[in-house]
Amino acid sequence: MWRFIGYRLLQAIPVILAVITVTFFLVRIAPGGPFDSEKAVMPEVKAALEAQYRLDQPLFSQYTAYLGDLARGEFGPSFKYPGRSVNELIGAGLPVTAELGFYALLVAVVIGGLAGVIASLKPNTAQDYIPMTAAMIGICMPSFLLGPLLVLVFGIHLDWLPVSGWGDIPGDKLLPSITLGSAYAAYIARLSRAGMLEVMSQDYIRTARAKGLPEWQVVTRHALRGGLIPVVAFLGPAFAGLLAGSFVVETIFQIPGLGRFYVQAAFNRDYTMILGTTVFLSTLIVLFNLLSDILAAWMNPRLRAQFGEQ
Amino acid sequence: MALLEVNNLQVSFVTRMGTNRAVDGISFSVETGKITAIIGESGSGKSVACYSMLGLIPQPPGRIDGGEALFEGRDLLQMSEAQLREIRGRDVAMIFQDPMTCLNPYMTIGKQLMEPLLYHKHVSKEQAKNRALELLEEVGIRDPESTFENFPHQFSGGMRQRVMIAMALINEPKLLIADEPTTALDVTIQAQILKLIADLQTKRDIGVIFISHDLAVVADIADQIIVMQQGKVVEGGDSQHIFHNAEHPYTRKLLAAIPAGSKTPMAGETRPLIQVRELCTWFEQGRHKEPVKAVNDVSFDINRGEVLGLVGESGSGKSTIGRSILRLVHVTSGSVTFDGTDVTRLEGGDLKNFRSRMQMIFQDPFASLNPRMTVFDTLAEPLLLHGIENRKTVASGVLKLMDDVGLARNFVRKYPHEFSGGQRQRIAIGRALATHPEFVVADEPVSALDVTIQAQILDLMQGLSREYGLTMLFVSHDLAVVRHLADRILVLYKGEVVEQGTGDDLFERPQQEYTRQLLQSIPGRALIA
Repeated sequence: MWRFIGYRLLQAIPVILAVITVTFFLVRIAPGGPFDSEKAVMPEVKAALEAQYRLDQPLFSQYTAYLGDLARGEFGPSFKYPGRSVNELIGAGLPVTAELGFYALLVAVVIGGLAGVIASLKPNTAQDYIPMTAAMIGICMPSFLLGPLLVLVFGIHLDWLPVSGWGDIPGDKLLPSITLGSAYAAYIARLSRAGMLEVMSQDYIRTARAKGLPEWQVVTRHALRGGLIPVVAFLGPAFAGLLAGSFVVETIFQIPGLGRFYVQAAFNRDYTMILGTTVFLSTLIVLFNLLSDILAAWMNPRLRAQFGEQ
Repeated sequence: MALLEVNNLQVSFVTRMGTNRAVDGISFSVETGKITAIIGESGSGKSVACYSMLGLIPQPPGRIDGGEALFEGRDLLQMSEAQLREIRGRDVAMIFQDPMTCLNPYMTIGKQLMEPLLYHKHVSKEQAKNRALELLEEVGIRDPESTFENFPHQFSGGMRQRVMIAMALINEPKLLIADEPTTALDVTIQAQILKLIADLQTKRDIGVIFISHDLAVVADIADQIIVMQQGKVVEGGDSQHIFHNAEHPYTRKLLAAIPAGSKTPMAGETRPLIQVRELCTWFEQGRHKEPVKAVNDVSFDINRGEVLGLVGESGSGKSTIGRSILRLVHVTSGSVTFDGTDVTRLEGGDLKNFRSRMQMIFQDPFASLNPRMTVFDTLAEPLLLHGIENRKTVASGVLKLMDDVGLARNFVRKYPHEFSGGQRQRIAIGRALATHPEFVVADEPVSALDVTIQAQILDLMQGLSREYGLTMLFVSHDLAVVRHLADRILVLYKGEVVEQGTGDDLFERPQQEYTRQLLQSIPGRALIA
């Protein structure tokens, strides 16, 4: 077990290193720099700024210096928010984005899981087609369309929920969570339907029925665990995807999260901020993938036994 | 009054392709304290009949068209789902064919065992556990206390079937339906399970329905036998009557399919094609463990044109020997000489040339054929690959092969899923013979087949081995099957040869205890003796 985790963590190092390297050089290839603006800046001032942020050094020594910073856990100072470090900015945005991601995941698992399981119990009937059609629409509908639609209906027409904000008015967290979670709910619905269909055709389900158990017990006691393993394996990448993809929703609902910093950083050529968030998010993605793999393996006794032997 | 009385039961499957009458007006009865066997080949409706009475076939596509099934006088077919559930698992219990897939892999066997008791009898957990432990002990699970929390994959196939039987009996049912409970097991394990079922039945004095495709399996235990073909009962009655005075031609065919008698060994001079010397094939288990000695110091010859039988139970190393000769596994030490060349030393191009002279036929014809290739593609591939036919002549080559293995020529454009198990095995044999190999390893080629089909395939293989002048290594767990086909037989136990001789030698003068045990396990010995 520990060997497996250690091995996977070791594997993650070259992946993250590759992400750092590619991002580092890509942002520098992109036209424009952090201190270019419409207003002409005096050459001395610009030179002083560049010297302060090490931009006057050769590219490769900038790269090694940055790696050195990272090794100490420092993402460096932000170029556009003077006096604030990238660590501080991420620290400020992360809790909000993480909370939003968590609620969105909750929405996705509860709605998606239920829909998938319900659909799988009567395949190729209305009970299957209706939730699956809804899921398909959920996958196809981009959040920049769904978000405003929800705001229009629940925020303005019905006037039930606030149209924007985060944690200011009760209920303002609901619409963003649904908007962000709905696409993932749709994926989870499809995954859990496929998983349940597979399990429900297994011989041991027939055994459970032959014992005389009522159908709901057959489903909850015998089928759910095996059927939902694919969903559990998907949770890690899903949560990472929610964190990284929250920009649109954060913009629509005016939420002060990480996603907005991230995209603004790209527009501003805020090199350290772009790199910092990219490295941070890719590390999270690797960790969450590992976590959900471990969880999925733990749910399968056969794999668990293999881990135990190692 | 009979425990179960079935009158004119009719069950159909309604699909887009039309309605298929799977059970066509069958009637039979099951008495308390008796074992009633229902015999028939795959698709004869024997399982569907039993499942449909208990509401265990999905409806639709299944549909019960008529008849009655009186269990203690109450008609099962008229009951609501809730009433049926009360009966299932309490009064009528089932065990199934494949103990590998019939237990829930995510649940401990203890939990699964207690479930019917907790659900139907509302006893406390403590009581349920005690009862479950008693039953595990009774069905022969050693040390039930410590295995109670184990998962199914930690048990062997035979042990899982014992757990399954314990689970079926935990509510002391009045009727036990056993659907091919030993078909997936080795003969030695099969004999143990059959004895267990018979003992438990006698002790509890319950009724048993035993479903099987093989008359020999039920020969020693059945009181009544019902023979089914294409949804109808063709013959039924007292088992002694069926075995000795069968009237219906289908019943006679089933009886004739029980492998019996020895092949007359080859006469004349013998020149070995293959010489195996001190062969060891060990599998490493990681640094700190002893390797598994799958094959340990085995030596034998296979003569040209000879069929050598290799018999042993699962894990005896019989398949590994075949794979070692073909170099499909890494040989640890020893030598395999094929026509004068030591094949354990061959590499690269030499190995490839040598491999075209030998072929393998596998156990499962469902898994070993590519589902996206037609019969034509499957058979043409080796012909073209080895340059036996060119693009112009390949069609006639394929048709010739199909004739040889007894497949109708108009099947040539069909895909594997359109064939039955027996037909698929014919395709697999055709593919193996396409390159005119000198040597064939047949690894349990008939174990997955119904007994009547098994007899046809064995006949086919016998004819082809003569026609093609094949040398064959025939691997099986079933001594009766091997005796039927092989000139000589090696008995294997835990990776070592314990005895060898002709079929008659082994059957009439077994020298080793293990060989005797194998002979004892052959189902229906009384019938073929």
